[in-house]
Amino acid sequence: MRLTVKSATLLGLVALIALAPLFFPSGFYYRVGALIFVNGLAVTGIVILTGWAGQISLGHAGFAGIGAYACALAPVHWGLHPALAVVLGAGVSAVLAWLVGRPILRLKGYYLAVASLGMGILISMVLNNERALTRGPDGIEVAELGLRAVLKDAGLELSNGQFWYFLCGLVLLAGAWLALNLHDSPTGRALRALHGSEVAARTVGMDVARLKLQAFVISAVYASVSGSLLALQNKFITPDVAGFMHSVEMVTMAVLGGVGSVFGAIFGAAVLTLLPQVLTVFAEYEQLVLGAVMVLVMIFLREGVVPSILRKIRGGGE
Amino acid sequence: MTLLSIEGLGISFGGVRAVHDVSFGVRPGEIVSVIGPNGAGKTTLFNMISGVYQPGAGKVVLEGEDVTAMSPHLLARRGMCRTFQNLQVFQTMTVLENVISGYHLQESGSVLADLLNLPASRRRARAAEEGARALLGRVGLERAAEREAGSLSYGSLKRLEIARAMALKPKVLLLDEPAAGCNAVETEEIDHLIAEIAASGVAILLVEHDMKMVMRISNHIVVLDHGEKIAEGDPASVSRNPAVIAAYLGAEDAAG
Amino acid sequence: MSELLQFLLSGVTVGAVYALVALGFTIIYNASDVVNFAQGEFVMLGGMITVFAHAAGAPLPLAALAAVVATAGLGVAMNKLAIEPARGAPVVSLVIITIGASIFIRGAAQLVFDKQIHSFPAFSGDDPFRILGATILPQSLWVIGGAVAVFIGLWLFFTRTLLGRAVLATSNNRLAAQLVGINTPFVMTLSFALSAGIGALAGVLVTPITMTSYDVGLALALKGFAAAMLGGMGNPKGALVGGLCLGLLEGLTAGYISSQYKDAAAFIVILAVLFFLPQGLFGRKSTDRV
Repeated sequence: MRLTVKSATLLGLVALIALAPLFFPSGFYYRVGALIFVNGLAVTGIVILTGWAGQISLGHAGFAGIGAYACALAPVHWGLHPALAVVLGAGVSAVLAWLVGRPILRLKGYYLAVASLGMGILISMVLNNERALTRGPDGIEVAELGLRAVLKDAGLELSNGQFWYFLCGLVLLAGAWLALNLHDSPTGRALRALHGSEVAARTVGMDVARLKLQAFVISAVYASVSGSLLALQNKFITPDVAGFMHSVEMVTMAVLGGVGSVFGAIFGAAVLTLLPQVLTVFAEYEQLVLGAVMVLVMIFLREGVVPSILRKIRGGGE
Repeated sequence: MTLLSIEGLGISFGGVRAVHDVSFGVRPGEIVSVIGPNGAGKTTLFNMISGVYQPGAGKVVLEGEDVTAMSPHLLARRGMCRTFQNLQVFQTMTVLENVISGYHLQESGSVLADLLNLPASRRRARAAEEGARALLGRVGLERAAEREAGSLSYGSLKRLEIARAMALKPKVLLLDEPAAGCNAVETEEIDHLIAEIAASGVAILLVEHDMKMVMRISNHIVVLDHGEKIAEGDPASVSRNPAVIAAYLGAEDAAG
Repeated sequence: MSELLQFLLSGVTVGAVYALVALGFTIIYNASDVVNFAQGEFVMLGGMITVFAHAAGAPLPLAALAAVVATAGLGVAMNKLAIEPARGAPVVSLVIITIGASIFIRGAAQLVFDKQIHSFPAFSGDDPFRILGATILPQSLWVIGGAVAVFIGLWLFFTRTLLGRAVLATSNNRLAAQLVGINTPFVMTLSFALSAGIGALAGVLVTPITMTSYDVGLALALKGFAAAMLGGMGNPKGALVGGLCLGLLEGLTAGYISSQYKDAAAFIVILAVLFFLPQGLFGRKSTDRV
């Protein structure tokens, strides 16, 4: 049987999520794993937007901020269940992405980069300044999701770390499944086509602006859910989640692993999430390293690490 | 009945008249060729008809509807499709996927269905794939279906582009130099292909440099020089037309 | 009335800085179609290098000169190391490269210098001039004067010198420029040097007023970009007008609405221009060739 990219990616992810805990030296690594999955989810959205549709956003952290603060604010102010707050955040992000993206995606490539950068900074500015609501730069606590207690009553007892590890793993798996479905579907094919040649895409009847907008909205939802998960598991969130550096991290993770491949991008997320955990001095050099990775990968490994390696292996096999 | 009619089309770039007051019509099943020396404005005319450029004057009418300067994707919905002189294929996608993309209007549906891989989405995709494989067979590329389009030869890419356009089931097909850069064998293949498509009732508008091919397959020829129509008619009458001969000789003089 | 004048004066001062950043964008964009997101880092470097050279004992004018020259050199290095190797890459890759370069420069500045906020003395003291009840700092006059000098100098360069015309020709049509024997790689190098140098000069001029630190570049880049877009991408006159308009808008926002949200003015301008006026005030409509 021929293994498709889709089933290989999903099987690989399942194996990784299930088997990795066997090698964890301490409970701390559940937390690192959960962080990798949360970042992997955001980066999967970047794959759809940048890898397939060929558009770049430098403000996706803004959507993560919306998702995170929806979980912080909605349960307190409107009595919404945190799980519904995730949905609310995703909805708000989708609407905002639609409003901002609609006029901009008709224009050339770098306009989206600039406009989304501006939008992201605007969101983070609001989160920092509207102290009455968000409590400003010091951050705000986030309600308990409550699912762990439900599971415990049902007889499944997990530590906090384990719970978030498996929950985030499942959400990532679902996100990857959706993305891979999209890849081979008519919409996914159209996105990849317009990336190849917008002129030709129009000629075969593709509404290029609409397709780009769909990719932008979908990826915004991914970022938003990722922000929600981060807030819920930390039970605390600061406006940094919406900051420019977080947007840059997302793009760098995707680019490093391979922006056209879901598995590659998750791999990139894993590397850049682990690095600061392993190297404590990393914080000092974070910007230097992220910047260098972006430039070097774009020049020497334009497809990213994972697709380049796969190509080598396949090329060698022929 | 005229399917596509071009009425007094014109455009200027920075004060220079690139195309001026060109009119003609194309009927279903007819092959109309636009010829003229280099720089006569053929591709510019094409770009105006296919909605890439906005004409400064005149109208493009498709089946009685004014479609002037309409965006290419809307023209595609109304049954007009084109190929490009400099090839616009999706290089990193497979040959099969390229042709399937031509089925976009028929296969695209709800994004949600696509995300969830619902049966509806799979059914649409499967129908498109079957159609695309059949078309690849028609242009003789069935064995290259799974290859990356970028790896095909020039002549194959030309046929791939035509196959993709045919996937739209167009009423009017605009072909911009389909045989340019092809060898004699490839030219003949494309030649047959075009005749076959026309025979199925599609109106074909052709820009081509290969005079032998134009004379062989066209029903009607429109001659442009310096952006203006200087003659039109059947191949025999056009090739005897003194104005046409002068335009081509003049161009050769200038080139020499 | 004097209040309004005060807001306008401070608006013109920052507007002059934005105009210089926008001009830097414009020069590189015209020469290479690259939108250089690292433009703001040049401004940061101009300020920071001057601060540290001055602190190390160099007289202020010498420190400023060193900052401009060093930054111009860095611009050239960036072109050679990051932009030239990626020639012909798609827009998305170029955006990622220049953003990467900008973050790299920021990270390096944080390590080489520090994370503190710095300033150095104003060139002509801090006693403000009074005009109709409003005040203006002598340093603001330096900023405005500097911007005017740069624009006049560049205008002369592009219209009166052979080299300047070569740059213009390259921006019109790179292939044609190559065919008539213009050394286009050199034109690229020159554009990066010029644009980095101009950015650094803006940093030198404005630091005594706004102060500087390793992370001021991004906001400046965005505002410069907003100004360039407002004026019309690729048009030097547009850069000047766009910069001043944005500065005035920001001054008025800070004065009448909220100083916390004065930075939002730039982003609202970006979004508004994209919504209503994608070609900007002086931009041309471009036609893709197929």
